[in-house]
Amino acid sequence: MDAAHGRHLLLQMVRVRQLEEKCVELYSAAKIRGFLHVYIGEEAVAAGVLASLGPEDAVVATYREHGHALLRGVSAGAILAEMYGYVEGCCRGRGGSMHLFDAATRFFGGNAIVAGGLPLAVGLALADKMAGRSNVTVCFFGEGAVAEGAFHESMNLAALWQLPVLFCCENNLYAMGTALARSESQTDIALKAAGYEIAAWAVDGMDVLAVEEGARRAVDAVRSGGGPHFLELRTYRFRAHSMFDPERYRTKDEVARWMERDPITLLRTALESAGHLSPAEWEQLQADAQAEIAAAVEFAEAGTPEPVEELTRFVYSERGAGDGADEATGADAAGQPAGKAAGAP
Amino acid sequence: MKSSYREALRAGIRDALIRDERVFLMGEDVGAYGGSFAVSLGLLEEFGPGRIRDTPLSESGFVGAGIGAALGGMRPIVEIMTVNFSLLALDQIVNNAATLLHMSGGQFHVPLVIRMTTGAGRQLGAQHSHSLEGWYAHIPGLRILAPATLEDARGMLWTALQDPDPVLIFEHGSLYNVPGELANDAGPVDIVTAAIRRPGDDISLITYGGTLPVVLDAADQLAAEGIDAEVLDLRTLRPLDDAAILASVARTHRAVVVDEGWRSGSLSAEVSARITEQAFFDLDAPVGRVCSAEVPIPYAKHLELAALPSAARVVAAAKTAVAAGG
Repeated sequence: MDAAHGRHLLLQMVRVRQLEEKCVELYSAAKIRGFLHVYIGEEAVAAGVLASLGPEDAVVATYREHGHALLRGVSAGAILAEMYGYVEGCCRGRGGSMHLFDAATRFFGGNAIVAGGLPLAVGLALADKMAGRSNVTVCFFGEGAVAEGAFHESMNLAALWQLPVLFCCENNLYAMGTALARSESQTDIALKAAGYEIAAWAVDGMDVLAVEEGARRAVDAVRSGGGPHFLELRTYRFRAHSMFDPERYRTKDEVARWMERDPITLLRTALESAGHLSPAEWEQLQADAQAEIAAAVEFAEAGTPEPVEELTRFVYSERGAGDGADEATGADAAGQPAGKAAGAP
Repeated sequence: MKSSYREALRAGIRDALIRDERVFLMGEDVGAYGGSFAVSLGLLEEFGPGRIRDTPLSESGFVGAGIGAALGGMRPIVEIMTVNFSLLALDQIVNNAATLLHMSGGQFHVPLVIRMTTGAGRQLGAQHSHSLEGWYAHIPGLRILAPATLEDARGMLWTALQDPDPVLIFEHGSLYNVPGELANDAGPVDIVTAAIRRPGDDISLITYGGTLPVVLDAADQLAAEGIDAEVLDLRTLRPLDDAAILASVARTHRAVVVDEGWRSGSLSAEVSARITEQAFFDLDAPVGRVCSAEVPIPYAKHLELAALPSAARVVAAAKTAVAAGG
């Protein structure tokens, strides 16, 4: 293992952990409202998979996506400001915790309908394939999504059209409170994908090095024209589903057993035993993350609410806006009057 | 030149495929079968399977893929066989296509066009005959079009493809075979304004899509009885062209709204409410409505006809309005 790279991965997971712990704290302080789903325990998945991508690739995620956004390159300040509901947020405060988007890093949400992001990922990959680009689209979703029709439709389309998409199933064993075995007749998730002729395998989602290795192998295969790939990342959420979850569906013992395999501890221990991480380096790494999150909180605290007059902006595109979406809605050729306010319902 | 509504639609699609290499058509049986209503007949041979893309029966999957492809820089035309089937893709249309721009704070545009057949009149029963465009017109973020003429069938698509936002085009199934004359240089038309299809002074008959021919027929019958009806074709169901509606009512002082959707919670209710809100004092009579009977559309010919707006019912509603209020 490369020492510097190992420490880099460790830092990424610590950044996510600290951001999430801060989110919980800010939620309790009523700075953040709505639904809040934190990623604590699952950090190795986003850290390992996103390390394997380039800037031109696309990422589609779920409503438990703060970590994915952060590691994709969205600033912690823009993420927190979004949860504060301020215009400095990555979506001007329109999305909130469950809907982080960022065009600059090709981060396509923040999708809060379970399995709803999968068809989008298929389409993004279709666009890349049709345009002859070698980008990869990575789509994260939970194991609960495999019960949805959109999952199966997406698997089939991606395989049928051999699209450059990597499906990453974050199997944390519970769809809210419903255990996998209580909702699926077939609990081997990779097998479901394999049923669509998609190369699929399971990975220890608590071991960031294993995740990264699996993701690199899959991303390389996808990028080189190998068609869609599928990783089942076996992980566990240490905290409640959301801030409104009394956790009646699992035992404290079970949670404690999984916490013995905390992805941060696992990597830290491995680095230390290999002589790649000194106590001082560990302290520094934590301090760096802490400083970043503290600055982000400060940024969010100083945020401003979007003027209410802008409420109806972006229901429809503003004239001249759009990623190359050219003109009009009005008459470009017929010479008839255009120009009605697009925002007026 | 001679054309049918179907041929006009096909000419619009073909033109878009030629003009913009980002445009492609995707849907069930659009390719090898030639289109379930033969709209895309011949396009597979001309443009190949990459751009005339047959899909599995996966409405949620391929509509969502259309949204994703639009996000990825393409200009997809997604065909859904009928509006009833579009319900299987409602999540993607309402939760994704319509929300992404606003929810992302203006970052992600969805330049997607979805075409689908709507409406009854062909004895296809309750799962192929409904008129649910009014539902879609409820949703902020969508633009809803209803081409009723050959010019609009030919010309709305290109303009819709230039729109950075999702546009849904509803093609009434009874119009596909309607023949007519289309100018040789027919091209793009605006997708903003309503159009007066027949000027008149005595009453405004406001409609769109498949009931336009019904209403024009009714207007002819009314003319024979000395009532000069204006026929306003809404064309764009969202956003509605309020100015055109109000200007017509300001001239005629009477209105009947004709909508093949059901009356309750309908587009006709919306148009009627806007007239009442904004032109109440222009009115000489209550706004009338002619809608479909509140039943699932039945198969038997006589029952189906009884359920749908007819010229006779439009004539009767117009006469009631004209008789009222003096």
